[in-house]
Amino acid sequence: MSTDVSIRNSVPRRPTSKAGPALQHGKVRFVVAFLALPVGLYALFVLSPYVQAIYISMTDWTGLTGDQTFLGLDNYVRLAGDGQFLIALRNNGILLVVVPALTVLLGLFFASMLNVGRRGRSGIEGVRGSKVYRVVYFFPMVLSVSIVGVLFKYVFAPTEAGGVFNGILRGIGLESLTAPWLGDPAFAFWIVVLVMVWSFVGFYVVLFSAAMQSIPKEIYEAALLDGATRFHTFRHVTMPLVWDTVQVGWVYMAIQAMDAFALVHIMLGIGGGPSRDGDVLGLALYRSAFNDYRFGYASAIGVVLLLLTLVVSAVFLRAARRERVELS
Amino acid sequence: MTKIPSGWSRRNFLRGALATGTLVLPGSSVLIGCATSGGGQEQTEGKVSDDNPLAVPVDQPIEIYIFKGGFGDDYATQIHEPMYKKRYPKAEIKHKAEVDIAGALQSRFVAGNPPDFVNDSGDGVIPLGQLVDDKQLYDLTDLLDAPSWDDPNVKVRDTMIPAAIEEGTFGQTPYVLNMAMTIYGLWYNKTLFDKNSWAPPTTWAEMTELCKEIKAAGIAPWTYPGVHARYMTWPLLTMAAKLAGEQVLIDIDNLKENAWKHEALKESAAALAGLKTSGYILEGTEGMDHIQAQGAWSAGKAAFVPCGSWLESEQSDATPKEGFEFAYLPEPALSEDGALPKETLRAAPGEPYIVPAAAKNPRGGLEYMRIMLSKEGAQGFTKELSSLTVVKGAADGLELSPGLVSAQEALGKADDNVINWRYQTWYATMWNPGINAHMGDLLAGRTKVDEFLDACEGEAKKVRDDDSITKYER
Repeated sequence: MSTDVSIRNSVPRRPTSKAGPALQHGKVRFVVAFLALPVGLYALFVLSPYVQAIYISMTDWTGLTGDQTFLGLDNYVRLAGDGQFLIALRNNGILLVVVPALTVLLGLFFASMLNVGRRGRSGIEGVRGSKVYRVVYFFPMVLSVSIVGVLFKYVFAPTEAGGVFNGILRGIGLESLTAPWLGDPAFAFWIVVLVMVWSFVGFYVVLFSAAMQSIPKEIYEAALLDGATRFHTFRHVTMPLVWDTVQVGWVYMAIQAMDAFALVHIMLGIGGGPSRDGDVLGLALYRSAFNDYRFGYASAIGVVLLLLTLVVSAVFLRAARRERVELS
Repeated sequence: MTKIPSGWSRRNFLRGALATGTLVLPGSSVLIGCATSGGGQEQTEGKVSDDNPLAVPVDQPIEIYIFKGGFGDDYATQIHEPMYKKRYPKAEIKHKAEVDIAGALQSRFVAGNPPDFVNDSGDGVIPLGQLVDDKQLYDLTDLLDAPSWDDPNVKVRDTMIPAAIEEGTFGQTPYVLNMAMTIYGLWYNKTLFDKNSWAPPTTWAEMTELCKEIKAAGIAPWTYPGVHARYMTWPLLTMAAKLAGEQVLIDIDNLKENAWKHEALKESAAALAGLKTSGYILEGTEGMDHIQAQGAWSAGKAAFVPCGSWLESEQSDATPKEGFEFAYLPEPALSEDGALPKETLRAAPGEPYIVPAAAKNPRGGLEYMRIMLSKEGAQGFTKELSSLTVVKGAADGLELSPGLVSAQEALGKADDNVINWRYQTWYATMWNPGINAHMGDLLAGRTKVDEFLDACEGEAKKVRDDDSITKYER
């Protein structure tokens, strides 16, 4: 018996395409039967719109008729010469860099304060009241983007229209600093950036907090005994151990920040704000589609946005790759 | 360039995709079927008779889409639809009220099964020029030549003010019924002006004098929706036309080269920009939207605001109960001896209604328009919406709100000197967001008059040079 088995094991495996043992029989059909439906649905509702959008981007479809003319790459050529598109592209670039950078920095700072900020009697713990802060930081995340947009539109409204921020500035004697924030191209887009960071940061505080809580306290105690300062512990203990999470958050946020459509639309209007200087790709796409009824052109913008998002995620994932620290 | 056949239906595509469980790569026309193909539906028509000059199929349903915005949809359900039902008791009326017209109907236009009558208005408006280009609208000539509802001896065409027919005509064909008559100009609170014995100015010199006084009284003379600065293009063009004649406007509409660099526009733009440099504009105006700016005006923080005659109903909630009387004045004349009299004002037919070309019951749609244009229909419109209509004399004898009375009086004084322009409708995106942004820059003091006019000329050039945009002329 035993020899039989050893012999059978030593025999090279036969290719499965030929009639195999009983369990192999009908395996392909079995797998296909289970996969066909989900893959089919995925293809139909996820892949096919992409492919269609790519096709539409090469036509002059208006979105109102049943037929269209094939233009090849004309729409893309036009994009390259469209000044407003380039402004939008620049702003998306700013969003891509500034929003994740600010959010990660703030998120890490707050999270470390909440979790490992204080050297109490029982070793490392969060700052006083950290339980309350943890909840408060999460508030913006519960609000929908449109509410955040409308809210801040009023916060940054001109004084005569009841702007809260200008009111505060006046209240503390800084009246000379008041401005019609959203009506000034020098500020408008940056205010949107700020609001975006404000609304993102809470989520990342929670995310990073979770990562920090899984760091064993002994490591901190050891660092403490070695006389490490707060900064050193953060730089050499906390950071390496939450890096994985930061990396995931970073990529996710970069993709999230590429959108910005709703906030910009609500706070700056459909044209892209004063001097049209706060435009973003999402808004440009929306305008081409639903104001100009140039769905072909709008799809071209969409395809550019898709490519950009893919490239960005690939680059970010690669750049953020770092040796993993094994805890055990 | 290849023309893509539109014969691929969604069902065929789904069937194909499901059968193969995968997708063909782009390049083949198999895919297009899904989002972009049209179908079609059968059209019905009745028999022409004296009672039924438009050949309405008396027993067929009619599907009506009303934009439910500032005007609501009561005027349709309370006035016009009952009139239709009374004349054609066997016809079922399918009433739909919609906030986002494009959202609701775009796919139906593509699929070739649009409703029979559409009030194409609001934020989700489907641009009329685009619908005309795509041959999606039904020709209204039969309606205009039909006998009117009230008097079989008068054609519908002759019951309307001519500008209304012109406004709805693209090329040679009438496609759009614009029902509301909107009067544009400046608005002020008569009670406030009377109290301070300020007289509404008729010339720009008087205006600047008065602005000085108003400012001294601690009120900002002007405000405007800074985010939607396009509202200020109305005074800009009206004042330029008063100074140099209508040709300025015609050249702009026809996208004539250097039309925006006309001396009169330069003068008009300089006058408006002067408001900012003289400190006559409410602080922070450039950051306000129309709700904020008009709200500040209603609250008495500013004396003048540019708007159309819908302002009174738009501000009804924000208007103080006491000490406020809506009053209208046409934009002041830049010169004592301009080409057009001082009383000249801009009145434009607005609030568009259309019958889709592929509608099932287009004749019913036409009939519904004939009902709206009847004396009863038009009066109901005015009463319900406090808006004048394009039907001649329909508002006579009606009790109107103070602002509307004031505007209508001004319209009477203007007599034949009523102007309008078309580029806003023909090339909607040239005006907004294009010129809208430049106007904002000028009035916020970010650009000089010459830069502003260059930028506007640039917007016109963009349209002129774009072959994919159908051009109109007048």
